Amino acid sequence: MKHLTRKATRHVNQNEGLIFEKSSPGKAAWKLPPLDVPEVDTAALLGASERKDLGNLPEVSEIEIIRHFTRMSTWNYAIDLGMYPLGSCTMKYNPRVNEAVARVEGIANGHPYQPEKISQGALHIIKTLSEQLIEITGMEAITLQPAAGAHGEMTGLLMVRAYHQSKGNARKKILIPDSAHGTNPATAAMVNYAVENLKSDSRGMVDIAALAAQMNEDVAALMLTNPNTLGVFEQDIHKIADILHAKGGLLYMDGANMNALVGKVRPGDFGVDVMHLNLHKTFSTPHGGGGPGSGPVAIKKALEPFLPTPVVLTKSDGTLAFEYNRPQSVGRVRAFYGNFGMFVRALAYIQANGPDGLRQTTEDAVLNANYIRKGLEGTYDLPYSTPTMHEVVFSDKLQAKKGVRTMDIAKRLIDYGFHPYTTAFPLIVPGALMIEPTESESKEEMDLFIEAMKSIAEEVEEDPQMVLDAPHSTRVSRLDETAAARKPVLRWKPTV
Amino acid sequence: MSYPTDRKYTKEHEWIQVNGSSATVGITHYAQESLGDIVFVEVPKVGAELTAGKTFGTVESVKAVSDLFAPASGTVTEVNAELATSPEKVNKDAHGSWMVKLTLKNPSEVDGLLSAADYEKFVAEESGH
Repeated sequence: MKHLTRKATRHVNQNEGLIFEKSSPGKAAWKLPPLDVPEVDTAALLGASERKDLGNLPEVSEIEIIRHFTRMSTWNYAIDLGMYPLGSCTMKYNPRVNEAVARVEGIANGHPYQPEKISQGALHIIKTLSEQLIEITGMEAITLQPAAGAHGEMTGLLMVRAYHQSKGNARKKILIPDSAHGTNPATAAMVNYAVENLKSDSRGMVDIAALAAQMNEDVAALMLTNPNTLGVFEQDIHKIADILHAKGGLLYMDGANMNALVGKVRPGDFGVDVMHLNLHKTFSTPHGGGGPGSGPVAIKKALEPFLPTPVVLTKSDGTLAFEYNRPQSVGRVRAFYGNFGMFVRALAYIQANGPDGLRQTTEDAVLNANYIRKGLEGTYDLPYSTPTMHEVVFSDKLQAKKGVRTMDIAKRLIDYGFHPYTTAFPLIVPGALMIEPTESESKEEMDLFIEAMKSIAEEVEEDPQMVLDAPHSTRVSRLDETAAARKPVLRWKPTV
Repeated sequence: MSYPTDRKYTKEHEWIQVNGSSATVGITHYAQESLGDIVFVEVPKVGAELTAGKTFGTVESVKAVSDLFAPASGTVTEVNAELATSPEKVNKDAHGSWMVKLTLKNPSEVDGLLSAADYEKFVAEESGH
């Protein structure tokens, strides 16, 4: 490695086997006290259902269990270890104040089966977060129920379908740009709409003429991500909304990239009728394995009758309650009222930042993406030169000449102590490198990242094979993803 | 890569080889190369009706799932069952690994598709090489 960047190395425990392989007969991590109640004859009680053979469960001691899982935890990569530039995922820092608030006793120990009378605090949290998200998005009503982004998309499109149905015609199709997240066409299909592809223009934006030509009374909605997956703001968004509305269609906004807009522009003001947010992206709740997610859907008044039940309302005596009597509702989309723990964290984030803080967050996220763009322009090909918002998309065109593709560069990045960026997406950029630093990263961390990416580009020129064989510093190197997909081994079996 | 001249090509990267009123359909070398290692090929059953320009199946690689677009309208008479268990054959020999055979509804539909030379030119522009 020519320019070894200064990053922590991990994977200190290289040879941890499966817990089954540590097993030896008779070991146990527990000891029960003597039986002080009458023994039950399980055979008589259960008959043929009694199971005597417990199968091949691992028999290990307590310290072996502790070491096993602690060692495996060191193989993990997390935002708490370093930059996580996974484009389109907004892997931002999860502030500790969120966790502090979520652990307040009354909140942490609340139960959804508590009577409403003693759940007023929880209902108040739901109501306050709802109001603040409505203000941030410029929309008019909201449900917090959906458990993640794609679930929010589905809930949103169910409301779109119900809206059109109430007007006598559910319509047939959803328009989706070729730069869209894969979940968008999947959602449209799940909600029984046909998908029609919309081509991007040379700026990477929706082609207005193509949209006007494809728009007709069969189109229920356009699903648009703004800024789109190239990190480019759809400058003609008002025109797009007008074209849809003129033919009775609705504008759905995928809010995955809301981190570029909060405090600056409001989707409700630029013609959006339905949108989902990802609390686990924009609003700093844990994303990925730290889950669960949360994908609220905000809407305009015209769609309010179709909101999932229940909806929080204020009763005449001033107390809060869930309302279930909504005859036009699309129904319940999640047990209870969604992932409440995430509402607490998102609200803590919004309150801790305040309006000016949120605006600053957006500005810093855009500034950081542009800092990385400037730092790597020339080293990596930039297929679209349109101004970058919160993420930047390069291509592997220059490195492909040496046979090195985006996935290889991403694997090599692991050796430098970074999580890979998003590879091969958006689909309209062949060999895409999609980088989103978020506002969380300092200039120093981004300098390390830029240095690492430049160093890899040099390695591609000097020793492409070394990059093709990366990663070199991890416990295992390239996994055979093809064999895993073609011939999956789904369970471990003892070697005996 | 030189593309076989005994067939026509679509801008969605399928090839179609016509023999009278029947035809054989597959995906191009460029398509398999862009997709990477193919792990799953899903095609319709015998008897299914295909409409020119509409999707009729999917190809899944470790990178992405892509739709298959019908180069011409017609009825499926045979599917390549081998690809269900050995999808890697498409990577090894895209132009030899057909996916479906059709009875064409209107054989002249194929005339509007790209020739091998035109397709090669199209791919060169698309990939920017």
